[in-house]
Amino acid sequence: MTTPAHRRSYGVKGAPYAFLLPATILFCLFFALPIGYALWLSFRKVHVSGLGLGSGARQEVWAGFQNYTAALTDDELLGGALHVLGYGCIVVPVMLGLALLFALMLDADKVRLAPFTRLAIFLPYAIPGVVAALLWGFLYLPDVSPFYFVLAKLGLPQPDLLDGGPLYLALSNIAVWGGTGFNMIVIYTALQAIPAEVYEAAELDGATPLQIALRIKIPMVAPSLVLTFFFSIIATLQVYNEPTTLKPLTNSLPTTWSPLMKVYQDAFGKGDIYAAAAEATLIAFVTLVLSFGFLRAANRRNKQEAAR
Amino acid sequence: MSSLAVRKAAPAAGTTPGTAQGPPLHRRIALVPTVTLLLGALYCLLPVAWVVIASTKSGHELFSTFTFLPGSGFTDNVKELSTYRDGVYWKWMGNSALYAGLGALLSTAVSAVSGYALAIYRFRGRETLFNLLLAGVLMPPVILAVPQYLLMAKADLTGSQLSVLLPQILAPYGVYLARIYAAAAVPSDVVEAGRMDGASEWRIFTRIALPMMVPGLVTVFLFQFVAVWNNFLLPYIMLSDDEKFPLTVGLYTLLEQGSNTPALYTLVITGAFLAVLPLIALFLVVQRFWSLDLLSGAVKS
Repeated sequence: MTTPAHRRSYGVKGAPYAFLLPATILFCLFFALPIGYALWLSFRKVHVSGLGLGSGARQEVWAGFQNYTAALTDDELLGGALHVLGYGCIVVPVMLGLALLFALMLDADKVRLAPFTRLAIFLPYAIPGVVAALLWGFLYLPDVSPFYFVLAKLGLPQPDLLDGGPLYLALSNIAVWGGTGFNMIVIYTALQAIPAEVYEAAELDGATPLQIALRIKIPMVAPSLVLTFFFSIIATLQVYNEPTTLKPLTNSLPTTWSPLMKVYQDAFGKGDIYAAAAEATLIAFVTLVLSFGFLRAANRRNKQEAAR
Repeated sequence: MSSLAVRKAAPAAGTTPGTAQGPPLHRRIALVPTVTLLLGALYCLLPVAWVVIASTKSGHELFSTFTFLPGSGFTDNVKELSTYRDGVYWKWMGNSALYAGLGALLSTAVSAVSGYALAIYRFRGRETLFNLLLAGVLMPPVILAVPQYLLMAKADLTGSQLSVLLPQILAPYGVYLARIYAAAAVPSDVVEAGRMDGASEWRIFTRIALPMMVPGLVTVFLFQFVAVWNNFLLPYIMLSDDEKFPLTVGLYTLLEQGSNTPALYTLVITGAFLAVLPLIALFLVVQRFWSLDLLSGAVKS
């Protein structure tokens, strides 16, 4: 009689590990192993002896921090980091600002057509980044764009959107267009979770909808704002698809515009996987430091506010 | 989609001039929010509307007629696209469907079983494992893609469909969502009752818990389907044979060739339009029994 019960409890104990086995194997093979391999490669280099001919002439040797110092002093990588900084300073505030605005508007009383507008604003999420960049890319081209058509009719100057400063706006616009909807849904879901009683007191006190939004709604959805901010920073640091897709349409986008494009170029253009591995590791490091730094700062503020 | 958008937007446009009627309307409709949302919708639909119209234009019309005036060449464009390099475009579409469909299915299965285990059982290393899996979200794809490519090359898998499929099965966000849904939808006394009846842990999961988790798993499937369908970098790095390309990579190569030959513009535009349709159709279909809110992990109490 005791045996089946015993076996059963054994089964319960082992079950979670068995259930998590597929995820663990996949994690080891496709996350841990590549990361470890990239780290290993970042400390290696190829040593060429003689003329580099013959089978033993090219040897992989230990490089120490050589690849890292090279990456940190690389103008292209540094330039790429600056591009992304400028781009991120436009994308993150504008995208999250719009997402918050639309979420608050959806949550407002007596708003019409909310289901339709919600779906329409969310729609770009379902469009691949490459296709989005392609669509906007055509809308930026003077030959086919309706904007230029209108500008020409009005006799206004027609700026080149794919060069210099406007290029940042052009790229940022694609990211804002694609990302606002998803963030709006996250914030809107949080707004819906606020119990109605919270507003009732404020309404009795004669607070305007604007005051309720600023003083009650926004502070209450702060955790979801933190979450969306967190994801936006990560996505910004990884920008790759949009500038790569726009590249064929303009001469002013170098193949190393963003740090990730530089990694790709070094790994597959130049075939220097060691330099690429070191750069990739640096980007991952910056991502981790920025995102965790931000989460810690956000947590500390929350605790302070709770203490008050 | 566009016809739907136009149809629905039309009455809205009709109501806006009604502001002149004064207070009664103002009391019935919150004008500022409605107008703001309509402007947002307009901004989001504009490029889609443009590609719908541009795909109807012949190469000549594209450059000569006003952009929002429909052309006459849609069927010709589709025909031309279908014959381009022996119909390689439709192969891309099929590949995208294969990668996204199969990938999302496998991903949902792994997320379901992992999320269930993390939500229901208490065991040593639970939080550590969960945090490790979540940390995968933080890893920029290219950081992973370069070493993944090199490792795949060692296993002689680069260029194969598996090299695109396998790395995308484990989805950290999917595991996270599945854990939330399992915790909310599967009561622990139901699991306990199953154990009393002598059912094995696996049987409890497949027969009792899994059906309860279905609405949440639909979300995981959709999320991952979109992620794989939209992925560009991984297939771009892994594949070299254009017969195996998904739509994103295929369209990109088409654009690269077409940038110097405006004659190819119409192909790119028509291809982009057709590439957008399946996902829009998917979202419109699932709207009936699935809510967008679920995407952020919202659970009905």
